[in-house]
Amino acid sequence: MISARPVSLTGRAALGVARLVGRVALFASRSLFMVPEPREFLRQLIQIGWLSLPVVGLTALFTGAALALQMYSGGERFAAGDVMPAVVAIGMARELGPVLGGLMVAARVASSIAAEIGTMRVTEQIDALVTLSADPRRHLVTPRLWAAILAVPMLVGVGDVIGIMGGWLVGTQSLGFTSAAYLKGSWSFLESWDVISGLLKGAVFGLIVALSGCWFGINAGRGAAGVGRATKYAVVVAAVGIFAANFALTGLFFG
Amino acid sequence: MTAALEARDLRKSFDGQTVLDGVNLAVAPGESLVVIGQSGTGKSVLLKCILGLEVPDSGQTLWEGAPLTRTSRARFLDSFGMLFQGAALFDSLTVWQNVAFRLRKTLGEQAARRVAVEKLARVGLGPEVADLFPAALSGGMAKRAGLARAIAADPKIIFFDEPTTGLDPIRAARINTLIRDIVTETGATAITITHDMTTVRSVADRVAMLSGGRVHWQGDVAQMDAATDRHVHDFIRGIWRG
Repeated sequence: MISARPVSLTGRAALGVARLVGRVALFASRSLFMVPEPREFLRQLIQIGWLSLPVVGLTALFTGAALALQMYSGGERFAAGDVMPAVVAIGMARELGPVLGGLMVAARVASSIAAEIGTMRVTEQIDALVTLSADPRRHLVTPRLWAAILAVPMLVGVGDVIGIMGGWLVGTQSLGFTSAAYLKGSWSFLESWDVISGLLKGAVFGLIVALSGCWFGINAGRGAAGVGRATKYAVVVAAVGIFAANFALTGLFFG
Repeated sequence: MTAALEARDLRKSFDGQTVLDGVNLAVAPGESLVVIGQSGTGKSVLLKCILGLEVPDSGQTLWEGAPLTRTSRARFLDSFGMLFQGAALFDSLTVWQNVAFRLRKTLGEQAARRVAVEKLARVGLGPEVADLFPAALSGGMAKRAGLARAIAADPKIIFFDEPTTGLDPIRAARINTLIRDIVTETGATAITITHDMTTVRSVADRVAMLSGGRVHWQGDVAQMDAATDRHVHDFIRGIWRG
């Protein structure tokens, strides 16, 4: 006799995943359609945007510099080293700027959001908000979601420029490009859609990062272990979510 | 007389384990009710079900005789204050901003701060505390700041969740006196949950004991001291029968 157990287990797991996806989607959509608490929104813009600038900038600088070295040495194999500035600019704007910027923000921000909200959960601060007639979503979730959606594209834009400057430094200091030739090579092949698509990716990655932090923070388990787990899952899910969304968006924009 | 607040046949289970098994409890306007019971008997869950922080499996909460709905709960919370066990002050706000959290929306910054400083003075904290962050406060100061926040908007109903847990006897006595004085002065209806028998004797007009998920016994403090019920007798004297 064939056991129905594997089918039952698979069905139950699928239902569980569908229920979770539905809950997260409802959580996100309800939070996005609220007016954020203004003070908290400004605080989060500074936390997520301004304070992430050093780490995103340094990441972009080294990535642009390394990409320049790789593309030049790879391009030289078929006498195409001269296209390196364009490859760096397009690579940074379309792919590496948003993805690496998003990942650095995920590491820095998703963890901090999950830890902060998770600690508020276990110390009853979220219950206190309710008893003070304040909606925890409007005070905690909505400002973070909108701040990340706005701040991450700005970080990506700045990261693109810094990444191209990283390539320029390497190109002009060690690969024999003149400054004018490098910059001309960068801009001549770069199209506005290359930049805009990267900024749009940044907005989606910002949403993924903040949503992951808020979701796992709000649903943190008890005690320090619960907050620790929430922080870990927030970063892991945000990072994997960024890669998955990047694949989907790249297919949508350039497929 | 209509009860200020009434729990009617509240039931709540977690993962198949029954915590509240039909709790019926009413508190009259201006009365100070203290709920006692061993750890894990559902005292905190009862408060959370009344507040809507937990959804009961069945039963209802009545406020001034009418069931609390989503709409009426918002009005109920507008006239409500709560002191949490760990004070639950918001880490990112200063003490005065915590105390005036609700008032800042209606009064503006300056007036809200003035009221916050007055309320802090009422609980024995000076104006120098107003601009500190909660992390800089001792446990007793945080509890008093939490109490100031609970009374900041002159609530008609106040909940006190384990108000003296973690405090030394002197600070606990101070908190107990403050609670009794505030409840008497303001005429607010109060529900306190505690294990601390000193708190019970200082604060209670009436005592209810939770056991087995239900209200096992209730009466005033004198009746509690004279009670022959074994659960009550053992609990108030701290007698353990192995």
